[in-house]
Amino acid sequence: MDALVADLNRRLAKAMQGGGEAAIRRHKGRGKLLARERIEAVLDAGTPFLELSPLAGGDSMYGKDDVAAGGVVTGVGVVSGVKCVIVANDATVKGGTYYPITVKKHLRAQEVALANALPCLYLVDSGGAFLPMQADVFPDRDHFGRIFYNQANMSAAGVPQVAVVMGSCTAGGAYVPAMSDETVIVRGTGTIFLGGPPLVKAATGEEVAAEDLGGADVHCSISGVADHYAEDDAHALEIARGIVAGLNAPGAAAASAAAAYDEPLYGPHDMGAVVPVDPKRPFDVRKVLARVLDGSRFSEFKARFGTTIVTGFGHLYGQQVGIVANNGVLFSESALKAAHFVELCCQRGVPLVFLQNITGFMVGRKHENEGIAKHGAKMVTAVACAKVPKITCVIGGSYGAGNYGMCGRSMSPRFLFMWPNARIGVMGAEQAANVLTQVEKDKRAAKGLALSPEEEAAMKAPLLSRLGAESSAYYSSARLWDDGVIDPRDTRRVLGMSVAAAMQAPPEPTKFGVFRM
Amino acid sequence: CSQRRRHNSGALLQKVLIANRGEIACRVIKTAKSMGVETVAVYSEQDADAMHVAMADEAYAIGPAPASESYLRGEVILGVAKRSGAQAIHPGYGFLSENANFAQACADAGITFVGPPASAILSMGSKSMAKTIMSAAGVPVTPGYHGEDQSPERLLQEANAIGYPVLIKAVMGGGGKGMRIVHTHKDFLGALEACQRESAKSFGDARVLLEKFIAESRHVEVQVFADTLGNVVYLSERDCSVQRRHQKVLEEAPAPHLSQEVRTGLGEAAVRAARAVGYVGAGTVEFLMDAATQEFFFCEMNTRLQVEHPVTEMVMGQDLVEWQLRVASGQPLPVIDQSLLQPLGHAIEARVYAENTSKGLFLPATGTLTRMRPPAQGGNSRGMVRVDTGVREGDTVSMHYDPMIAKLLAWGETREAALTRLASALREYQVLGVPTNLEFAERCVRHPAFVAGGVTTKFLETYGAQLAQFTAAAPPPHAVALGALALMLKREGRIVAAAHSGGSGGSGGGGGGSGARGGPWSAAAGPWRVSSHGMRRCALRLSASTDEEGGKATEVSVDCAADGSYVVAGVPVSGTLTADGALAATVEGHRYHCSAAVSEGGFGGAASVTLWHPSGPVEGDSQWRPRYDLKVPARASAGARAGGTSGAMGVLKAPMPGKVIRVMAKLGAAVTAGQALVIMEAMKMEHTVTAHAAGTVGAVHCEEGQLVSEAAVLVTMDQGKAVPAAE
Repeated sequence: MDALVADLNRRLAKAMQGGGEAAIRRHKGRGKLLARERIEAVLDAGTPFLELSPLAGGDSMYGKDDVAAGGVVTGVGVVSGVKCVIVANDATVKGGTYYPITVKKHLRAQEVALANALPCLYLVDSGGAFLPMQADVFPDRDHFGRIFYNQANMSAAGVPQVAVVMGSCTAGGAYVPAMSDETVIVRGTGTIFLGGPPLVKAATGEEVAAEDLGGADVHCSISGVADHYAEDDAHALEIARGIVAGLNAPGAAAASAAAAYDEPLYGPHDMGAVVPVDPKRPFDVRKVLARVLDGSRFSEFKARFGTTIVTGFGHLYGQQVGIVANNGVLFSESALKAAHFVELCCQRGVPLVFLQNITGFMVGRKHENEGIAKHGAKMVTAVACAKVPKITCVIGGSYGAGNYGMCGRSMSPRFLFMWPNARIGVMGAEQAANVLTQVEKDKRAAKGLALSPEEEAAMKAPLLSRLGAESSAYYSSARLWDDGVIDPRDTRRVLGMSVAAAMQAPPEPTKFGVFRM
Repeated sequence: CSQRRRHNSGALLQKVLIANRGEIACRVIKTAKSMGVETVAVYSEQDADAMHVAMADEAYAIGPAPASESYLRGEVILGVAKRSGAQAIHPGYGFLSENANFAQACADAGITFVGPPASAILSMGSKSMAKTIMSAAGVPVTPGYHGEDQSPERLLQEANAIGYPVLIKAVMGGGGKGMRIVHTHKDFLGALEACQRESAKSFGDARVLLEKFIAESRHVEVQVFADTLGNVVYLSERDCSVQRRHQKVLEEAPAPHLSQEVRTGLGEAAVRAARAVGYVGAGTVEFLMDAATQEFFFCEMNTRLQVEHPVTEMVMGQDLVEWQLRVASGQPLPVIDQSLLQPLGHAIEARVYAENTSKGLFLPATGTLTRMRPPAQGGNSRGMVRVDTGVREGDTVSMHYDPMIAKLLAWGETREAALTRLASALREYQVLGVPTNLEFAERCVRHPAFVAGGVTTKFLETYGAQLAQFTAAAPPPHAVALGALALMLKREGRIVAAAHSGGSGGSGGGGGGSGARGGPWSAAAGPWRVSSHGMRRCALRLSASTDEEGGKATEVSVDCAADGSYVVAGVPVSGTLTADGALAATVEGHRYHCSAAVSEGGFGGAASVTLWHPSGPVEGDSQWRPRYDLKVPARASAGARAGGTSGAMGVLKAPMPGKVIRVMAKLGAAVTAGQALVIMEAMKMEHTVTAHAAGTVGAVHCEEGQLVSEAAVLVTMDQGKAVPAAE
């Protein structure tokens, strides 16, 4: 596991470098702070930042084009005592233009904000859509325009929208500040216009400097597109802090009045040793829980029934949580137990934490005949309908329908994180390769042909390698199938922050669909 | 409610009014309480929340802040005494303490004045009368001539009799005018003529008097005490030679390097002086002592309890306020046998003033004591260290009264021990909010001439300026590291309870921590980042203690690790800070225990950190300071926006159409941020156009009386020229 964590840290370190030295030098030369520096400056001193999907756009997703962190830094952090979603364009990465992954990451951040009722802070510094890929950025529902749809509807839902213009905001990008409740703009570097000076010249022949077209002076004193005039980045962020302080946001006071809690009896340092890297080797998930829950206390529910799933209550930083954790393959009883437990949590308004390590539901005649599909469906129904906050952490495999039952991405958990050893797919790469070769064998057998062992091996090898690569945590994280890959030792922190952020939104009552009995 | 209890002579007073404020009021109340005497305080509007008001059993408002309208209004105070049923009034020092009329008014009203009878105050109040009485009583007085015969012949004759050097002084003189020192009889007549001419011109009176001139003198005074039964004793002497402009800075008892013979002579002369005026209570007989010969001459008598009385208390093991109250009750002195009144050890007092010593000007300062932590008191039965104060943290030092914050005293078996103890107590004393003379006083105490003992009244004249010259050196790296650490710990809310000031500031790392609080999002849980090995970096601009804007600011980078440790300018630093300011820190493996006060100054990120004795003085290190003040200046842009007027930074524009009524901006003049440059009048209102930032006036585009339109450029600034930006 240490090797995996070292690899994770290498990838993270690379992503943190943004667009590279030359771009950073250019950026700083304009007197601008880097995206991450801006975030540091706007956060309350000493508080954590739950960065989301820092490895987005990585893992050679765009071939040679390295879109570090997807070109935009997003996450949840505390600003003036209020937990906020922060979206900061990284202008050192492709000029801050929006690749498809950038759009996806921006939208995901907004989704997090809406689901958890967290105010949005946009630190804007972007050249707009990445034109060569405009077809994958602009037209569809979940493309560029969805950012503004979300802004309008979040504002309507009472989720504050604040923009700080610290670079260019051209064309569509101009709507980020324009659609915000309050907007700050930096003198000299911040510009907002629908068409930049070259476009204006081409369209109307008018020659105008960027600052006169849409600089801070124009927008603060003439157009009213922006509300606050800042001398520099630091000043702008200070103003933004003031704006957030004035949001009258709920939960600001509650955060400081948190209950006392005990740290786990087991430190997180050996978390990696507790979980074997080889997914085939079983381990007791309670060892993980002992390193996650307050005081290592866990009151288990139905401990002797459906023992391949572990359910029960515990606390994370003083907040009660319901735990659903895999301890083997899912049987009918395990599914029923999990569904029961999810119902309990919804009834009581307790947020759910899923620790996912699942190869799938048990197969075979006995199980199909006893109706494992309908039992599994009950678990999926319960998880899908549960309106209490759901947080998922994939600590091993995430395969097949087990992914659904254990609150995979499709079940809309508020946050989903992966350990570096995690694997995701319809089934294991090996099984998938076996299935595919078996299908080929059957096809040939129907024609009276045989598949030689050499042919089989030659067919399997590339399949194995491709399926293996595609099921890696980094392949997933690059595509935003999760909210980030974390060091297993940070599990308690990350889950604790996620639960606390999720509990910001007022609880909604759950109404379950029909359970097939 | 006039239920005043008549005081029976001999029985202890039951209730005393203290007609004073500050430390002396508190001092008197303390002893009165310990004796079971009820206390009544009076206070001005300014002092409604003062410490002496809080300490007294009752307190009465007596008028507005100026002393002339409150603490000096005898009739009002007497009224309070009658109303409250106080049988006696203790006047403290200053204010009404040597006011014969007030003493008389008390007597007339049947209220005991804790002090001598009015007649004694009167006798001692007039210098010439006092001298005559003292001469008659056999107390040595400065040889001199005060006669009416002003003929040059007579004056020369008297001068010869006094012996040279002789001082010729205008009778009506003052401030050095009409004063001459004559060293030989040959020079006398010439000097006399000049002096008389000057006196006539300056004061309209040519009369002069003659006095023996003592070049090198010491100020030695004797504490005397008399009761109403005719007992008079003396309680050792004090040396108060370290003074400037008649304000004492250091006082000690006994006076250094005096023979027993001289001591006895001083004491007995003082007792004779007291007896001569029918003295009652505590008094001080001041003598001018020739430093060379130890001859002493009567100077004056202070008919009150002196500021510096605690040094006597410390060496005598007596409570002089208790003595005063017993005498006022008609009781005999607690000790009548002079032979039993022997001083033990040595005591020294430093007066801690709110004052600006930095340029050797000693200007009184005012302000709020945002932090005031006196050194630890006590030590043995006599009290090794004693602090007499009348202010607490949060109190204000106002312009209305004496700027003395406290009297800091130390006692030792020997003078050397007392001095060492006082010096370290001065170093431990923590005051923020007003500048103080603490460091200056410590330097005085440590000065070799003072350590040697027996300095003359010229000590501060000679060494004062030099002692007030502090090297404004940049703080050493460890102080910068400690200051940055304290600031970061405060900013990140990682203040630990005072109980456990050790351990690591780790973030939920280890197992089994109990009762943590604040939740995963709090600063207490640490600045976690997804890339745990990554450090956050922030830059601090720290400048050494200077009042000048900008100071010597040096950029210091601070890296913050997720485990709560920091790297300041490449140096690993970790530690804990308590709410009380105790900083325990490790810098590059060196462990420091010191005190730190951090104050965040609002907009623009301005802050200041004060560190007290982050390490001991290093032998031969002249740069060493007992305290370092580090400042984080507000960002330049923060200052710029304080200006508030529209326009780019270098250009000042008219905020609205109007008339220029004043132009203060002068071409090429260096201005500071916020400095008014132009005043306009528009819409019947005055509008001040101020400099956004420090710089030089590059051009003035308007003149007084001119009508200008909105956004007209009034002044152009050349920014930053006055303070060249650091590379």
